[in-house]
Amino acid sequence: MIKSRYLRVAFAAAVASVLAAAPAARADEQFFPLQSYRVGPYAAGGTGFFGGFIDYLNLINIRDGGVNGVKLTWDEGETQYEVERGVEVYERLKGRPGVAAWNPLSVGIAYAMIDRITKDKVPLITINHGRTDSTDGRVFPYVFPLLLNPYSETSGIVNYIASREGGVDKLKDKKIVVLYHGSPYGKETIPIYKLLADKYQFSLEQIEVPHPGNEQQSQWLSIRRAKPDYVVLRGWGVMNPVALKTAQKVGFPADHIIGNVWSNSEEDVIPAGDAAKGYIAITTQASGEQYPVLQEVIKTVYGAGKGNLDDKKRIGSVYHNLGIVNGILNVEAIRIAQAKFGKRTLTGDEVRWGFEHLQLDPARVEALGAKDLFHSINVTWDNHEGDGRVTFQQWDGGKWKVVSGWIAPDWAFLRPIIEKSAAAYAKEHGIKVRTSGDDPVSN
Amino acid sequence: MFDYQFLIEVLVGGLLSGVMYSLVAIGFVLIYKTSGVLNFAQGAMLLFAALTFVSLVERAISFPLAFAITLAIMVVLGVSVERAVLRPLVNEPPITLFMATLGLSYVIEGAAQLLWGTQVHGLDIGISDVPLDIAGVFISRFDLFAATVAGSLVALFALFFRYTRTGLSFRAVADDPFAALAVGLRLPRVWASVWTASGIVALVAGLLWGARLGVQFSLSLVVLKALPVLVLGGFDSIAGAIIGGLLIGAIEKLAEVYVGPLFGGGIEAWAAYVVALVLLLVRPSGLFGQKLVERV
Repeated sequence: MIKSRYLRVAFAAAVASVLAAAPAARADEQFFPLQSYRVGPYAAGGTGFFGGFIDYLNLINIRDGGVNGVKLTWDEGETQYEVERGVEVYERLKGRPGVAAWNPLSVGIAYAMIDRITKDKVPLITINHGRTDSTDGRVFPYVFPLLLNPYSETSGIVNYIASREGGVDKLKDKKIVVLYHGSPYGKETIPIYKLLADKYQFSLEQIEVPHPGNEQQSQWLSIRRAKPDYVVLRGWGVMNPVALKTAQKVGFPADHIIGNVWSNSEEDVIPAGDAAKGYIAITTQASGEQYPVLQEVIKTVYGAGKGNLDDKKRIGSVYHNLGIVNGILNVEAIRIAQAKFGKRTLTGDEVRWGFEHLQLDPARVEALGAKDLFHSINVTWDNHEGDGRVTFQQWDGGKWKVVSGWIAPDWAFLRPIIEKSAAAYAKEHGIKVRTSGDDPVSN
Repeated sequence: MFDYQFLIEVLVGGLLSGVMYSLVAIGFVLIYKTSGVLNFAQGAMLLFAALTFVSLVERAISFPLAFAITLAIMVVLGVSVERAVLRPLVNEPPITLFMATLGLSYVIEGAAQLLWGTQVHGLDIGISDVPLDIAGVFISRFDLFAATVAGSLVALFALFFRYTRTGLSFRAVADDPFAALAVGLRLPRVWASVWTASGIVALVAGLLWGARLGVQFSLSLVVLKALPVLVLGGFDSIAGAIIGGLLIGAIEKLAEVYVGPLFGGGIEAWAAYVVALVLLLVRPSGLFGQKLVERV
């Protein structure tokens, strides 16, 4: 009898501990599963981006008590930037209650998740990257390449070069070399550069650097022989500082090298030392900690000892600010969706609706404390990029300095190309193309 | 008209890059020659050395002192690896030893990031990389410096192996480990010395590659540049590592510039392996490697 009582107590305790350990569905929480990468080759970018994202979520929780009282929660799964690990983390965390959106910051992981998130009806945010044609929300209802897709980035870079030369008509007879990473990411913009070269009549040469890009002597000797006016650096990881160092070796001026969004961080220039001085890169979000929202993060989050970055000197760095902006966009999408569906934990599909109505004009951006940090966004049901503006920053050897105004890519030129690609994807995958924002989203 | 000046520039650039590959390859050769182990952890050791050095310098430790401390750490690491990993696996099949070093590379990479963090670092060793213009041919000052360092290192090793007791023990073990054991040489001590030497090579290579790429995780990937060099030059020949490095450096650059456009570019990474593969079929022990003769 005593034995069985002990057994019953032990069993009850075991059940209670299991129940306590299991994630409980709470009505006032919205969950962000994070496929982060804090170790491995790309850890520097991962710690900055996810650090910024978490810092902003913390700011909302500490300062505002969540979004209209709904607390933001998150859990991290380490991917080391590997696709299979990213998918594993997805499968592990997708069942948690109140999943708001996925933000992997990885082209490979994002590609592997498209079918899964579409089936599970949860948004996939690929800020500044991802499939260009996922801009077309008619075909990709749950994918959001917010602010910038690769084609807009290309157009933005060409427009910037044109502005330096005195207008697009001055591009005629100029020579541009695109030095790209030998990967699907690097190759994605090959056709759009060709189209823009045809449109503006500039001479174009595209040169591949094999992964990982730690040796570029032959490519830069070819560039020296080609004598281009500009080199566009479409790099990733170690390829970026090596490009800048090798450019110096062959005497090519750094201020005529224009980097893309994955060649624009402190991690890309610091290893290159003096060779990076003068180098210019595109960005959707300025760096620095002078913006009110950053000041609030420092005061409220780091002041409370809850800052996510180990090294406070990285606050305001490119990746950290990208994480902050990503946080703003996610939180505002939830706020917008709550206005329609109620101030409660939302489903993934309801958050998708919020993203499809994520319209932050410069006044709203200023109210959020992010004036000059980023320009604006105007997402609609069929335009999931949201017409983000870009700016250009120059490395002075110690920090980035903004050297241009906010530049608009040529969206009118790009849209038909994007729609054509999305239509081909829809046909290949048997996807019903939505005809209006009120269309039910089908899988 | 064919541009001979450009050809010379590509060739010189390739040869100088090749010296950098040789520097990594020498670390492999030292271990392989004495213990028959292909040390896949050489890249991780290189990363660990460079990361340790630059982290110390960033903590306001002077350059020479940081070098000395890192050297001491690499010696301890080398001896520890021999004691903790290789000695218990003596007489195990080569594939077991190889897998052990593969695991070791992950452990060292993880430990390096755990200890010193994940940030990337610039490393300025005081050599300007403004190119020398010699009759219109641009030559990298840094690569010339690296070539000088690599050449000096090889010369030092040559003197060490020829004129010191430890060096002679090393050669004896490399020639015939059983005979060396029979005449009273202590194999564990020789192996520990070799791992130490390999750690020193990792430090020198780490500093030079770190100054070239920045000190970051990708440094461990430079081993991939050493593998075709080893196949070409032979896994057990230091001279082979040097000549193999020069050949691979020159071949990959010439292939990229003159053959690459026919394939859409980006061929230099695998062009080196094509050459290595062809040589492997013709001469499995490499250009300078010892032919394996076994009694069956």
